[in-house]
Amino acid sequence: MDTFKGFLRPDGSAGVRNHVAVIPTVSCANGVAANIARAVSGAVPLLHAHGCGRALEISMHERTLAGLGANPNVAAALVVGLGCETVQAANVAAGIAGTGKPCAHLIIQERGGSRRTTAEGIGIVQAFAREAKGQARVDCPLDLVTLGLECGGSDAFSGVTANPAVGLVSDWLVGAGGSVILTESTEMIGTAHILSRRAKTPEVARQVEDLVARAHKRTRDILGELAAYVIAPGNMDGGLSSIREKSLGCIEKGGRSPVSEVVDYGRAPKEKGLSVMDAPGYDTESMASLAAAGCQLIIFTTGRGTPVGFPILPVIKVASTSRLYRLMEDDMDVNAGVVLQGGSLDDVAQTLIELSLRVMSGEKTRAEENGQDGIVCLAAVTPAF
Amino acid sequence: MHNVALINPGDNVGVALADIPKGGEARLPGGLVITAVQDIPCSHKVALRDISSGEPVLKYGEEIGFAREDIPRGGWVHTHNLDIREG
Repeated sequence: MDTFKGFLRPDGSAGVRNHVAVIPTVSCANGVAANIARAVSGAVPLLHAHGCGRALEISMHERTLAGLGANPNVAAALVVGLGCETVQAANVAAGIAGTGKPCAHLIIQERGGSRRTTAEGIGIVQAFAREAKGQARVDCPLDLVTLGLECGGSDAFSGVTANPAVGLVSDWLVGAGGSVILTESTEMIGTAHILSRRAKTPEVARQVEDLVARAHKRTRDILGELAAYVIAPGNMDGGLSSIREKSLGCIEKGGRSPVSEVVDYGRAPKEKGLSVMDAPGYDTESMASLAAAGCQLIIFTTGRGTPVGFPILPVIKVASTSRLYRLMEDDMDVNAGVVLQGGSLDDVAQTLIELSLRVMSGEKTRAEENGQDGIVCLAAVTPAF
Repeated sequence: MHNVALINPGDNVGVALADIPKGGEARLPGGLVITAVQDIPCSHKVALRDISSGEPVLKYGEEIGFAREDIPRGGWVHTHNLDIREG
């Protein structure tokens, strides 16, 4: 039975990384959060553009930020609030503290401003980091793993090579008792009938159909007749004619397991096995949702090539073609393009499984080596006021 | 070696693994050879048999749209001749 070497958390989860997260509740607190994290080795700022100026997204953003702090890859978290914002630091911190991990929060308007809050925050985060450095990796079973699936910059080969290979990895992890989250609702348009066929219960089938119908309606409301063609020009150059065709290739990543649950943006599934999450097709926003849902690892397939990572998660990049692998070797971890030269999907999947186990035990992905830990992009549905 | 991938045995289009010029051979795994009647760009779809106007175009064993015109075996299938009416 495969295991990985992870960091056990008080709530029984296991991290594959041991970050100390500094989480601003609102973009106004980004500067202080960044300064605190910059001063302490092992600290990561989760900078973002939200936290206020909206109504509909507030509860979604609050739970997403709390979810990021609660992610098993985070050893401890400091939440930095401004004070007058809609997303309240105390609520985010309470959500994180529920996991039993060390968590504190500071309010800039109550602590004397930027420099004094920064100084106080550095002291807190230094103590968190010392404690985290004392923790050792231990053998952990695979049923503690939640794998997030992502594809970005797809080409016509993503659905022929990389995505089916990742589908085999998904089937392997579900078979080992773990969890897998398939997301990017926009890229499920046209496939509701296939995904709902695989649902564990009629209720889950209905939820899958609703999720895809909502995504479909959103694109139609925004784009009108162009909705069915809503794929980036690069996708079309690559030979994909419609979003349904892209979707069919996209859902290959989920493998053949039954769909056990449907979850909202940033929410952790309660069931093991394959879940479907409602998040946009926009890579960085769906990765934030996967991280908030507790994924410790993301496998990300790409046809056109993307370097993006995520601050607290290792992201494994799978190139759909050997050409892309050569063009962006700095950023690609695995070349699924060998399938086009006579290689087998099973061999690519085996390579991915072995790499995933090593990465979960501490080996860095290309995105981590390249410092691809830019800002956290939270999904929004309305303009700011 | 083959230069076209067939994703599902029931599909009526394949995916070109390299640029196939008009008049060139589209070779499938298993030995089937089709003559390309148009240039087929790498990663684009090629019709594996005659597809009549209105007939479903199948990839992944599923409908990805309908032929907007008669598409000959060996023809290029893309947005110009594929009706992707929403279901």
